[in-house]
Amino acid sequence: MAGPSEAAIDYSRAFVMEPLALADWLVIAPVPYCLIAGALLMMLRKNAELQAKAAIIGLIGLFVLCGALLAHVVENGPVTMTMGRWLPPFGISFTVDVLGAILAVTASIVAVACAIYAAEDVDTTGRRYGFFSFLFLMMAGVIGAFVTGDIFNLYVWFEVLLIASFGLQVLGSEDRQIDGATKYAFLNLIATTMFLVATGYLYGVFGTLNMADIAAQTRTIDDARPLYTLAALYLFAFGMKAAAFPVSFWLPASYHTPKVVVSALFAGLLTKVGIYALARTLLMLFPDQRDAFADVIAWAAMLTMLLGAFGALAQTDYRRLLGYLVVSGIGIMLAGIALATVEALSAAIFYALHSMVVMTALYVASGIAARIGKSFSMNDLGGLYRSNVLFAAMSLVLFFSVSGLPPFSGFWPKAMLVRASLDASASGLATIILLTGFLTTIAVGRVWAHAYWKPAPETMGTPAAAQMKMTSLLPLLALVALTVGFGVFPETLLQLSDSAAAGLLDPSAYIQSVFPAEGAVN
Amino acid sequence: MEPVLAIFVGLLFTTAIYLMTSRHTIRILMGVAVLGNGVNLLIFTSGRLTRDVPPIIPAGLDAPLIPIANPLPQALILTAIVISFSFFAFLLVLGFRAYQELATDDSRDMRLAEPADDPLPPLGY
Repeated sequence: MAGPSEAAIDYSRAFVMEPLALADWLVIAPVPYCLIAGALLMMLRKNAELQAKAAIIGLIGLFVLCGALLAHVVENGPVTMTMGRWLPPFGISFTVDVLGAILAVTASIVAVACAIYAAEDVDTTGRRYGFFSFLFLMMAGVIGAFVTGDIFNLYVWFEVLLIASFGLQVLGSEDRQIDGATKYAFLNLIATTMFLVATGYLYGVFGTLNMADIAAQTRTIDDARPLYTLAALYLFAFGMKAAAFPVSFWLPASYHTPKVVVSALFAGLLTKVGIYALARTLLMLFPDQRDAFADVIAWAAMLTMLLGAFGALAQTDYRRLLGYLVVSGIGIMLAGIALATVEALSAAIFYALHSMVVMTALYVASGIAARIGKSFSMNDLGGLYRSNVLFAAMSLVLFFSVSGLPPFSGFWPKAMLVRASLDASASGLATIILLTGFLTTIAVGRVWAHAYWKPAPETMGTPAAAQMKMTSLLPLLALVALTVGFGVFPETLLQLSDSAAAGLLDPSAYIQSVFPAEGAVN
Repeated sequence: MEPVLAIFVGLLFTTAIYLMTSRHTIRILMGVAVLGNGVNLLIFTSGRLTRDVPPIIPAGLDAPLIPIANPLPQALILTAIVISFSFFAFLLVLGFRAYQELATDDSRDMRLAEPADDPLPPLGY
């Protein structure tokens, strides 16, 4: 083992010796890009106008990077880059497969739309206190979580996105925000601490933190008993992050309190990171333990869906109603994880992408509605259809899409999930999915009837025909175009989500990418 | 040594969970702080303990001569300490602001975001 250091040292035993192909640098590129852009925008804080423009252009750049990464991954399979060129599992690996890349692309689209909306919605004070910098930092955390191949590193990205989201949540410091932020911050911190507890035990069992290494070892381990504890802890921690019943109550308590654009970002990005992490750990790292917990996950999924749907029905406030719809969408994605066939998982991934786009768009729509009607309450809103027909039409498309009606993007994943659950003879799950769709239709139908269709209440005065500038409707228009596009032409997205689901269930390509020589390590 | 520390970690977790079941933000905050320390000790213990052998490779060698302490859990804990300390600082300020603005530290009385007397949704058109 020991030897004089002057003698020729065989570096290839510890380091990756071949230089990295230029295209492989794409794996890491989006994360430092976001961190640097966030720092630069902080320096531009005195010039609010320029800062917003720079942020939008910067996020379009991020979208291009993530798109290039997705194209690279689709063509070449999972790509790995290990920090410091240490051989895995010693260095921290970033490993991107189709699942991570496609979520990163959708996240960057959502961020672009929100930045365009924020250019009108966030005032100079909010920008000076760093709205756009927090946005970029949060994107660094979100995309870092999607691309990392190391479980402790995943924890670090969770904390990065969490602290940035705290900053966004309290931006403006209204009393309501402080109230919402208290619940949001405490409960999310407890969830990430549980994640750290699980990771500590995992390190104790395996002595490694590299996800590919763990995935290879769990399939051959002699004594699998500790893994059930690990899987249960991860299920609890990520279930809480994703707002699954019964640990979902922080979401409806806080998502309606910050600025509209912040709610839109949170609804589009944060809970989906929880779902992604849950899928990654339970399906790729602990498949046998997931099978054992399948019933628990299925029950959590059903109750989450119902809680979301009934909660939405009971709301008067447009934004609080949307918070419950986010929760019910999480239930549908959990149903996919509970079934864990390729079709069900593909549907869950498709639904996650759909939900990112549509929930963000709905929050943006609620912000525009409040700008026209000066309120979020269905008692005070009215006549939005008469004020602006284009806006009302786009909202209606989003309502149909979130309820899962054809021909919009919510329909396909729900249809696939119902078929998958009937194939697995889980008729309870299929019934609840259909019932939730029905209840959601009623809930959003009520918003349509009260806020859009009926005349404005007389106490509020008749809103003058609101001539919105095209730029205010542009982000909404783009997101609506996406949900219609995904709904009418789902083939490309279905192929991607199919291959993402297959990659989760059979991680051999993922492991191969991290340990190219041995195939399976140890 | 590991069993002793494991029991101690359990005690810390128990204390933390007991404190976090309180309604008062300040106690929850202390619970979060104790939980953070418990987790750090947990990671340390799961890296297995060795006494008095720092993970330093002597000059002139490229591998240690004797078994040394595992340096990785120490690196993990260092990261976790920094993170949990900064979050604790943020939560402390947030809790204090909440106490100032909402004039209560009882989480049951914090109903500003979800008012108890919320108007019902309109029943007719």
